[in-house]
Amino acid sequence: MALPKTWQSFLDETGDMSRFTGRFFAQGFKPRYEFSEFIHQCFIIGFKSLPLIGLTGFIMGLVLTMQLRPSLIDYGVESQLPAMVGIAIVREIGPVVTALIFAGKIGSSIGAELGSMKVTEQIDAMEVSGTNPFKYLVVTRVLAATVMLPVLVILSDAISLYGSYLGVNIRATTSFQLFFKQVFDALSFSDVWPAVIKTFFFGFAVGMVGCYKGYNSRKGTEGVGRSANSAVVVSSLLVFIIDLVVVQVTDLLGIN
Amino acid sequence: METVQETIRPPVHEKVQEPVITIRHLYKSFGANKVLADFSLELKKGENVAVLGKSGSGKSVLIKCIIGLLKPDSGEINVLGQPVANLDHDELDRIRVKVGFLFQSNALYDSMTVRENLEFPMRRHWIKMTPGESSDRVMETLKNVGLAHTVDMMPVELSGGMRKRIALARTLILNPDIMLYDEPTTGLDPITGKEISKLMMEVGEKYNTSSLIISHDMNCIRATADRIVMLIDGKCYADGSYEELKRNNDPKVKQFFE
Repeated sequence: MALPKTWQSFLDETGDMSRFTGRFFAQGFKPRYEFSEFIHQCFIIGFKSLPLIGLTGFIMGLVLTMQLRPSLIDYGVESQLPAMVGIAIVREIGPVVTALIFAGKIGSSIGAELGSMKVTEQIDAMEVSGTNPFKYLVVTRVLAATVMLPVLVILSDAISLYGSYLGVNIRATTSFQLFFKQVFDALSFSDVWPAVIKTFFFGFAVGMVGCYKGYNSRKGTEGVGRSANSAVVVSSLLVFIIDLVVVQVTDLLGIN
Repeated sequence: METVQETIRPPVHEKVQEPVITIRHLYKSFGANKVLADFSLELKKGENVAVLGKSGSGKSVLIKCIIGLLKPDSGEINVLGQPVANLDHDELDRIRVKVGFLFQSNALYDSMTVRENLEFPMRRHWIKMTPGESSDRVMETLKNVGLAHTVDMMPVELSGGMRKRIALARTLILNPDIMLYDEPTTGLDPITGKEISKLMMEVGEKYNTSSLIISHDMNCIRATADRIVMLIDGKCYADGSYEELKRNNDPKVKQFFE
C-alpha cells in the first residue's frame, strides 16, 4: 500500500535533511578549515543579533515580573518573586524565547541568503573558484549558530533579569544586590547547565535547517521566499521538539 | 557605424592547433529526460566554438559537465588532457584555474565589492601574491573590461552590462587557457549584447584563450564563433561555420537562421 503523498514528501525531506546533516559531520571537521569565514559568521550571527535579542529579553523579564506579581500577592509569597522569575528565565523561558527569536532572524536570513546564492549560480561560481561551497557556506554558518546561540542566551538571561529587577521596582523597592542575591540563591548548578547545553542543540538545529532549506532552494525567487519561510517554521518547531526531549532526558536523569 | 556583418570572424584554421577540450559520446539524463545523448565535440587551441540550441536543449548541462559541476552518466570529457569526470576535488581545482566560466546570471557575490569578487578566485586557488600585486592584477583586469572605476562598488550598484563585464573580469583574473561562456548576452539589450560580444573577442585575443560559447543569440554567435555546433536532440546535429550552416537546407538547422 502506497503512503499518502504528504507522508512521502515528509519522509523524503527528513531523509534528505539527515543526509545533509551527515555531510556536515563528514566534511565539517576535515581541512581545509574556513576559520576567517567562521569568525565573520560569528560576527553576523552573534553580534548583529544582540540588539534584537537584548530588547526582547529585557521586555520578557519586565513583563513576566509584572504578570507574576498579582498571583504571588494572592498567595502571600511576593517576596519569592525574584527567585521565581530567575528560575523561569534561566531554565526555560530565556533559552526557548531567545531560540525562537534567533530562528526567526537567523534561520530566515540564512535560508534566504543561501537560496538566493543558489538560484543566481553563486554557489556554482564558488565551486569553480576552488572553494568547497558546503564547507565555506554551510559548515561555517552552522558552527557559528551553534556557538553563538548559547552566548546570546546567557546575555539575554542577564538582560531579562535586569528587566525583572526594574519590574520589581515599579511597585516596590528592592536593591540591586538583594534582588540578584535572591535570584542566585534560588538557582542551582543543575538549573543552569542543562539549560545552557540545550541551547547548543537549538543553535545547531536553526543553523542546519536554514542552510538545508537555502542550499536546496529551487524555482527561482519564489523558491527563495519559500526557503526562508520554511526555515523559520521548521527550526521553530525543532526548538520545541528538542526542548521536550531535553526536559524528558533531564527528568529521567533526575537533574531537577 | 559598425555593423554585425563587419564583426563576423574570419575562418581561423591556420591558428588551430591541438584540442584543449575533447568530448566523446557524452550521455546525461535527469530521470526520464535524456538531455545529452551521444554528444561529441572537439575544441582546439585558439578556436572559438559556439554551441547553438533551443532553450532546454542541454547547452548549460553540457558546459556544467565540462567544468565538473555535473557528472555525466557516461562518455568522456577531456579538458587540457585531463579526464574531468575521474578527477578528485584537488585535481579538478587545478584544471579549473585554467578554465574561466562566465555564468549566465553572472554569479557575482552580492555581499562582496567588485575588488573582493575579483580577489576571491585568486585567494581560493592559493595564487601567491603580495597585497600590492593582487591589487595591481585586479586593476589591470578591470581596465581590460573598461570598468576600473567600479573597483569599490557593490554588484547591486552596477547595470546588467557592467555586471557582465565584471563577471568576465573575474574569470579572466586567473589568466585562463579556456573560456566557457554560458549565454553571455542573454538578458541584455541588443547594443549591450553587441558590446559584450566585441569584448569577448578582444579579451580572447589579448589573453590568447580558446572559447566555448553556449548561446541561442545568432548575433553573438556570428560575431564571436569560428565554428558552430548545433545541439539538437541531445547530440551534435550539425557542425560548420556560420555561412556553411546558413546554406544548410535541413529544416532543423534552417529554423535558427530564419
